[in-house]
Amino acid sequence: MATLTKKQIGGVLARQGILIAFAVFILVFTIANPKFLSVDNLFSVVRSSAILGVMALGVTFVVISGNLDLSVGSMMSFSTIVVLDLHDQIGPFLAIPAMFAMTMCLGAFIGFLVGYLRLNSLIVTLGMLSAIHGLTLTYSGGQNMDIADKEGTWFSVFGQGAALGIPVPILIFAGLAALLGIVLAKTAFGRKVYAVGGNGTAATFSGIKRARTVFTCYVISAACVATAGLIQASRSLGSQNTVGQGLELEVLAAVILGGASLLGGSGTIFKTVIGVLILGFIQNGLLLMGLQFYVQFVVTWVIIILAVWLDIAAKRGKLWSPIA
Amino acid sequence: MTDAKPVLHLDDIVKTFPGVRALAGVSFSVMPGEVHALMGENGAGKSTLMKVLGGIYQPDGGAIYMGTDKVVMAGPLEAKAKGIVFIHQELSLAEELSVAENIYLGELPRKRFGRVDWATLTERTDAILKKLNVGFDAKTRVGELSIANQQMVEIARALTVDAKAVIFDEPTASLTDAEKTVLFDVISDLKSEGVGIIYISHRMEEIFKITDRVSILRDGQYQGTVATADTDEEAVTQMMIGRTLDLSRNASHHELGDVALEVRGLSCGKLYTDVSFEVRRGEVVGFYGLVGAGRTEIAETLFGLRDPSGGQILLDGQEVRIHSPADAIARGISLVPEDRKGQGLVLGMNCRDNMTLPQVDDLKAGPFVAEGAEVAIFDQYRDRLDIRTPGWKQQVGNLSGGNQQKIVIGKWLSMHPNVLIVDEPTRGIDVGSKSEIHKLLRELAAQGYAVMVISSEMPEVLHISDRIVAMYSGQITRTFTSDEVTEDNLIQAISGIKSGQAA
Ligand SMILES: Nc1ncnc2c1ncn2[C@@H]1O[C@H](COP(=O)(O)OP(=O)(O)OP(=O)(O)O)[C@@H](O)[C@H]1O
Ligand SMILES: [Mg+2]
Repeated sequence: MATLTKKQIGGVLARQGILIAFAVFILVFTIANPKFLSVDNLFSVVRSSAILGVMALGVTFVVISGNLDLSVGSMMSFSTIVVLDLHDQIGPFLAIPAMFAMTMCLGAFIGFLVGYLRLNSLIVTLGMLSAIHGLTLTYSGGQNMDIADKEGTWFSVFGQGAALGIPVPILIFAGLAALLGIVLAKTAFGRKVYAVGGNGTAATFSGIKRARTVFTCYVISAACVATAGLIQASRSLGSQNTVGQGLELEVLAAVILGGASLLGGSGTIFKTVIGVLILGFIQNGLLLMGLQFYVQFVVTWVIIILAVWLDIAAKRGKLWSPIA
Repeated sequence: MTDAKPVLHLDDIVKTFPGVRALAGVSFSVMPGEVHALMGENGAGKSTLMKVLGGIYQPDGGAIYMGTDKVVMAGPLEAKAKGIVFIHQELSLAEELSVAENIYLGELPRKRFGRVDWATLTERTDAILKKLNVGFDAKTRVGELSIANQQMVEIARALTVDAKAVIFDEPTASLTDAEKTVLFDVISDLKSEGVGIIYISHRMEEIFKITDRVSILRDGQYQGTVATADTDEEAVTQMMIGRTLDLSRNASHHELGDVALEVRGLSCGKLYTDVSFEVRRGEVVGFYGLVGAGRTEIAETLFGLRDPSGGQILLDGQEVRIHSPADAIARGISLVPEDRKGQGLVLGMNCRDNMTLPQVDDLKAGPFVAEGAEVAIFDQYRDRLDIRTPGWKQQVGNLSGGNQQKIVIGKWLSMHPNVLIVDEPTRGIDVGSKSEIHKLLRELAAQGYAVMVISSEMPEVLHISDRIVAMYSGQITRTFTSDEVTEDNLIQAISGIKSGQAA
């Protein structure tokens, strides 16, 4: 009997490994600093995670379809700069759709290369990371971009506003997560994304248009990036050319922490949200503990690797195995 | 078998998976120099038992003895070190590596400073390949080989170690008759060296040809062991599935309808040339030939996976061009592909989603997939094909090989196609379900479907076809009606001997 219960515990561990790791982190941080679990702090964590989170939602689609997207960081810089610039030129009403269109064109271009031309997504998006950075610098002439009349614009609502006492970025993140979660889990398109990432050949043999599916994933990812850029621009109303730099790795980390496989075919939006929150809480917890931000970089990554290891170990049922 | 000690003894092995009791106390022994068959329906637990023996799964209960010593197989490497060689049902080769590297993976011969000794490696590998009489060499990349040849590479691996027991899990599922003969020679060599052999297969004729004893599993329960010489097919089937089967040749013919599919002078580069045939509604046409005769390639062309280099395809009398599988499906063509793992299934997806994948766009409830309708389809084909799974949520990768194949068949039957093409439909399927599937294909034809069956199993082709198209190296050599065909003239036709030329 004892062995049976042990096995049941093992089963729960295997399925919920990352959630348990999450609970442990929260417990440890709360003990270290009771302020950690206060409502104010929770809000601040979620708000500061919203930009990363919105991007991670889109990247989840790309990763499940069996590809990578390393261009989201520099694409986010692009969106931010573009929307800030257009704000003063054509007004926010037109600036926002124009920025979305431009960003999604970039996504469509990547989708075309990876989906239709079947180029390797790592190479393509790594290339796009620098190409888009160059594009942004060309656009801005290397200057920081600022809105002239910071007081008199309603544009700040996306980053600084609140409804029912909840900050708008959180509302956007939650709403988009719900929407994309349903798309992925409940629609035919979502099913195709899993099939294409799980076994592209079998998907093709089932009449699924693989190229189109991959293409659409990149466009969705770009739309999420545009949304993140909008929040970022609206929050600061001014920006450097490098505001999104390095975010691509944090986004990927959140998606993987959530348990999506880099090989494709698995992961969910819910898990990605958990991954985003874990990352947010870790960084916030370290901040409250008074660690320097450069120490944080190191500790964050150690914790990420620890969490992923625990997750895999729980799936295997042992901490170490010579064969995966 | 007088007072010889068994090389291997399994005692009361138990193994459970969530929701499945795969093995419920199985015991049996293998003698040195014995070929011991392990039989049972799809999902009976054969592969699981062998994986326990090969150290891939740890048993939940019971013990393994080698000679008189109790052993624990902590992992596959340890099992191999103890002299247990396992040739898997599913291929496990590294496609990007050469044949030689695959065979000696983990044990590559070394020179100084750890450099691989390529000369020795190639030499040793070629010696083994020569023994197996295959048409490729040590340096060939495995990815370039056909499935049958990949299987031969797996078998070659077994010959590199000093084996005490060798497990063959459905080794012949994708082998041709010639390759089978070679395999049986290898087995008889091993046997004469005193190696104990466990042989899993659903093919009765093989069991009675090469094995000494048969042990039978049913739903994870051990049913008993009999000497092959003292039993017959019927008795074994009875023990396996609890009833007997009608294995006679197809006698009934349906009313034939219009021509559903016609192919005129179709060619595809060197793969096949100038192929013409027609399939009527209500008709089952069998395609028989050796591996490489071009049958699969024809099927792939009809399904939009290859562009023909010449000729015409007509559906219901209209010439069509089929550019993609999506196109083919929209025109009412279904293909049950040859390679279930590579082409048929998304292993990480659940049973239901795999089965409804081609029609997921059509099963709509508002903007969403109609999950209720999906479950209904799954339930219908699970019952019809007797698919053994704890539920639709089970990942397909966790099903037994034969049950996976049934999911693929169900997936395409549920599309209600006009033209159903099945490529090796019963590979790895147990005798009971096989006759069910044959019956089903005949029934579908009776309902007005046009059915093309590609098979390398002569009894299967003879059993279900109204007409048989014989192919040899990319060309149709002869078309038989089921009255004309005999085993002899069929073999002649697929070996490239033109009829009338024999005299
Ligand atoms: N990893 C797993 N997880 C869950 N269930 C499993 C797993 N492996 C096997 N099973 C289940 O255990 C049972 C026995 O499977 P097994 O593969 O041993 O059958 P088999 O006798 O080899 O069948 P076949 O003739 O189709 O190859 C099946 O019901 C299968 O679904
Ligand atoms: Mg099996």
